[in-house]
Amino acid sequence: MTAQGGPPALSVSGVTKRFGGFVALDCVSLEVAEGSITGLIGPNGAGKSTLFAIIAGFLPPDGGTIRLRGEDVTAESPWRLHARGLARTFQIPRLFSRMTVLENLMVAAPNQSGEQLPAPWLARRQIQREEEALRARALHVLERLNLARHAEAPASALSGGQKKLVELGRALMSEASVILLDEPAAGVNRTLLREIAEIIAALNREEGITFLVIEHDLDLVADLCTRVWCLAEGRVIAGGTMSEVRADPQVAEAYLGMTFDLN
Amino acid sequence: MLEFVNFYLIPGLVLGAIYALSATGLSLIYGVMRFAHFAHGDLMALGAYVALAASTGLGISVWASIPFAAAATVPAALVADALFYARLRRSLPAVLLISSFGVALMLRALIYLLFGPTPVTFPLPIVPPLVFEGIRLQPRHIWIILGAGVCALMLHVILSRTRAGRAMRAMSDDPDLARISGVATAAVIRLTWVIAAVLVAVAGVFLGLDTQLQPVMGFNVLLASFASAILGGIGRPWGAAFGGVILGLAEECSTFPLRDGAPLLEPTYKSAVAFVVLIVTLLVRPQGLFRGMI
Repeated sequence: MTAQGGPPALSVSGVTKRFGGFVALDCVSLEVAEGSITGLIGPNGAGKSTLFAIIAGFLPPDGGTIRLRGEDVTAESPWRLHARGLARTFQIPRLFSRMTVLENLMVAAPNQSGEQLPAPWLARRQIQREEEALRARALHVLERLNLARHAEAPASALSGGQKKLVELGRALMSEASVILLDEPAAGVNRTLLREIAEIIAALNREEGITFLVIEHDLDLVADLCTRVWCLAEGRVIAGGTMSEVRADPQVAEAYLGMTFDLN
Repeated sequence: MLEFVNFYLIPGLVLGAIYALSATGLSLIYGVMRFAHFAHGDLMALGAYVALAASTGLGISVWASIPFAAAATVPAALVADALFYARLRRSLPAVLLISSFGVALMLRALIYLLFGPTPVTFPLPIVPPLVFEGIRLQPRHIWIILGAGVCALMLHVILSRTRAGRAMRAMSDDPDLARISGVATAAVIRLTWVIAAVLVAVAGVFLGLDTQLQPVMGFNVLLASFASAILGGIGRPWGAAFGGVILGLAEECSTFPLRDGAPLLEPTYKSAVAFVVLIVTLLVRPQGLFRGMI
């Protein structure tokens, strides 16, 4: 936890979401400190992905507020949040499958002045320069993600783990300062998993990007996250460092019945 | 052999070029906005008639009047979008399709009002065909094929090399993901209409040059345009262009006298070729010839 004067990067207070009679989130409150990698754990069906969807503006909450750096962004549209520097990845990666990996990244860059109408014909020189700069930046991000050799491959040809990296790359291209990662480790082989973890840690360290990570791989969470929140049946049942959360009897009970060895 | 080239291959390519121009726009519109634009044929006729008015009124050549045709179809498409389609953007594709049918009827009524129902032709000087080794080429046919090629090239550059084109492809790939990735969807939709309307204006002038102008000229080739777009995989502009060329060739070649003098298919049944292609594509390869490719 870095103690900084300003407001937390992200704060969720009293968020409730019901689907019919089912209470998916029951007055959830948690904070993500600026510049931290924060974990969000909990058994299946705890409401983690629902919370992500609400934070990123995909679902309106039935109550409560979301603040991004102190500003109320509750129920703001996903693209506005995206423009404000909040990006997310999906549990099942979602890419533009008929475009190349490089193009997937280039589309995510903000301020696309070239999308305006007369642009391709007017001010061609400037647009060409911008286009080259954008391409160079996308290639740089791909290098950072160890994907440069796949730049020209169609996105649909990548493995599941590589697709997750491309999603992360898109978040980086959008110049997001807060990134929500939904299960970056699920279905990824051990080698690539190490790589993904190192990339996340390096981005946090070197560029000060704040991460909120949903993850079932508790060893990865222990390695990566400075603070962890545990959600069960729509409620926050524990928050603290990984060892504190592991020691919490409620957490052990929530995971009971799953074959997890918490210690 | 020469007979095949002169009377079947070249006319087939000319017709194919016209279908390609029209189908590419349909495919772009479908990709970005997810609906079948039934007013496309009448937009084409509008372009042709405005070109005729410009070329006779100003005394310029038909080729030079193409910008005037586009200057009519582009605002028409943008106005139809702002007045009708934009309000229905969130409704079912069938609702949008029906509203575009309404726009088609309005455009056609406008053409009847302004230009009358009688078929007319562009005032073209009679020029002798160029002859190479027995291959006879009408200069206007050469220009039509070249013009369509230039349009295809420009579209390719826009789609693959510019941000705007990339944004259009992103929207046709996954509209929701494009929106949340910060793509300016309203601007992309406007750009799509501009491109599709320019292409269809060119197609209208070419069709008028190849045959004659009548208010239903565009509606008559609408089915073939849809068949081309579906053959190439709807939402894939390059596929639609290929589909158009293939369909144009298929229609013209269907009457080739393969069996001692008797045509393969009676010329009256020529327009059934588009139906057959459409049905076979939907049965055998509903995602089009180029599925699985970028």
